[in-house]
Amino acid sequence: MTDVITPPLGGTGILGPPVVEVAEYYGHEEHGPTGLLRWLTSTDHKVIGKSYLITSVILMLIGGLFALVIRLQLASPNSSLVSFAQYNELFTMHGTLMIFLFVGPFAFGGLANYIVPLQVGAPDMAFPRLNALSYWLYLTGSMTMMMGFLVAGGAASFGWVGYAPLSNATNSPGLGGDLWIMALILTGFSAIFTGVNLVGTIFYLRAPGLTMFRMPIFTWNMLVTAILILIAFPVLTAALVMLFCDRHFGTHIYSVQGGGSPVLWQNLFWFFGHPEVYILALPFFGIVTEIIPVFSRKPVFGYKGMVFATLSIAALSTGVWAHHMFTTGVVLLPFFSLLSLLISVPTGIKFFNWIGTMWRGQIHYSTAMLMAIGFLITFLFGGITGVMLASPPIDFFTHDTYFVVAHFHSVVMALVMAAMAGIYYWYPKMTGRMLREDLGKVQFWLLFVGTQVCFMPQYLVGLHGMPRRIAQYTTVPSWQTLNDVSTVGAFIIGASFLVLVINAFQSWRKPVLAGDNPWDAHTLEWFTTSPPPHHNYSHLPPIRSERPTWDYHHPDAPALHPHGEAHPSDGAEKVLGSS
Amino acid sequence: MKIEALVLLGVAVFFGIVGAVYWFTSYEDGGTMMLVGTCLLGLLPGSYYLWWHRRMGDRPEDRSDATVEDGAGQVATFPNSSIWPFVLGMGAFSLVLAFAFGIWFFFPALALMITALIGVTAESRRGGHV
Repeated sequence: MTDVITPPLGGTGILGPPVVEVAEYYGHEEHGPTGLLRWLTSTDHKVIGKSYLITSVILMLIGGLFALVIRLQLASPNSSLVSFAQYNELFTMHGTLMIFLFVGPFAFGGLANYIVPLQVGAPDMAFPRLNALSYWLYLTGSMTMMMGFLVAGGAASFGWVGYAPLSNATNSPGLGGDLWIMALILTGFSAIFTGVNLVGTIFYLRAPGLTMFRMPIFTWNMLVTAILILIAFPVLTAALVMLFCDRHFGTHIYSVQGGGSPVLWQNLFWFFGHPEVYILALPFFGIVTEIIPVFSRKPVFGYKGMVFATLSIAALSTGVWAHHMFTTGVVLLPFFSLLSLLISVPTGIKFFNWIGTMWRGQIHYSTAMLMAIGFLITFLFGGITGVMLASPPIDFFTHDTYFVVAHFHSVVMALVMAAMAGIYYWYPKMTGRMLREDLGKVQFWLLFVGTQVCFMPQYLVGLHGMPRRIAQYTTVPSWQTLNDVSTVGAFIIGASFLVLVINAFQSWRKPVLAGDNPWDAHTLEWFTTSPPPHHNYSHLPPIRSERPTWDYHHPDAPALHPHGEAHPSDGAEKVLGSS
Repeated sequence: MKIEALVLLGVAVFFGIVGAVYWFTSYEDGGTMMLVGTCLLGLLPGSYYLWWHRRMGDRPEDRSDATVEDGAGQVATFPNSSIWPFVLGMGAFSLVLAFAFGIWFFFPALALMITALIGVTAESRRGGHV
């Protein structure tokens, strides 16, 4: 049976202001198959979200193992741990798995799927069956990608960017490349469907009173991410179809011999690729913007500034694609350099607001908060070197060196820390159980120290001229020391994820129950039970600010201004002292 | 609906301007086409939402003083469980494998996808799940 939404019933809460019983329509008992068939047929956003999270974390662990093999290979100048061909496959698949199959799907497939309907007070995503289809396309796309290792000729080995003419049928023959293309077409459609679903959910299924400027920043960021997905992914899919035609059907879209242009591939790929960087980053900006106010016991500082910064980052990010192509010599350097440099302004506003939120707050250093602070520091390194690389003279000098590798790994490792922050923050909501804080802190320090030990030497070795994607550096053995330090760092990062696995195992064997709102958090998802019931809510609180759950649990706390900012007469101390 | 529409129309305006600047400074056709496409991606749904906003005014979720009772009425219909997304996904999987491994994969792909499309349509018409 489908669940038809009928009018809610009025009622009065016991604790504070009136709440409204909505059990009649949100709290339907789940009915349908059980066991494996339940998983295969589920259209519940929570089940799909958890499937996404688990699948993407498994793929991250696989991609991480590839990285460790790469670092072992580079630990000595002429190591023969893997062959050159295997090395090419490893760095290609490491990049592909992490970018396409972990960071993105973890955020907009997993966390957003689980959290956004809860944060807007919706019973499910707008199109539940489309949502399920997204997950199946993602899962089969991931399987198609991993199949590359099983076929003759091995997996794709032309780098995660698949540059023409290296990726054509002459230079990269074999099934591996075809499977890479087909996998990305599947996961691309999966992302597009999820984007449509998120926009539909946020536009149409918000609870009454939850205006756009009362939405949690995480939901705002997911809306902007969804729009970016709709801008970027169709371009990638089209580019991949044309690449496949070049490989098999005799077209010459990317080959000079037939009148095509290899730079067209770079234009198309990076028109997708740079928004993709922000498709990866914006959800994690949203996660830390949820966590920092909760653990600083303050409302987020500069709510509207955060929203407009997100919108401007997204808009600018779509006009900067050719800063990856400065050295091709056929792009408009001033245009792309200027727009790239401009991105630092809204990002700076975000940093200012994050620090402003913590300023004079009662900071509680939980694991989630530590991970969020680790994100701020590491992302700052990645961001500042990004500003440097946006300048063409520096880019010409450092292009395709380990300096660039270190830059984007600082960025994505910051995102991984934010992902861990999100796991520690929302795990109690998803499972009803806490993760252990002591193990969490061990994981944080291993991850944070490991990241800096791994990637700081890469900045230096890049400035010394070490190119990326080389398996041996026999002619310049002086690079070995820095590479060895980097390898040690990589294994520290690896160890930190073992701690996460142990922590999850502990919560499974020795559960510590979390309760509905273990962090005394602000947003709507903490109002319902942990884990939430089928169709999410049996009650809804009145929504009068961007912190409905906080308002409900702290009726005597100074009210926020109706427009979502602290009322000028309240004073910061009163807001802070209310806990 | 108004802010939703303005967000999308903002996309259209921004990429309209950037697209024009880009064309007249670089005369590069690939990038210009993509920027114009992005402009249209904001323009079409944005103007549609603005039109709906003019027609129906503020919904309860657009008003800052709305109560939960104001949202009374049928919100949406949600399928409880359905096998067809899985079947359609497996069909798409077979379809891409056909491009990689051989034409014979087309037959299960087409069978699965047509079955799933019929199934999902029938399911919606009946208003139930299978």
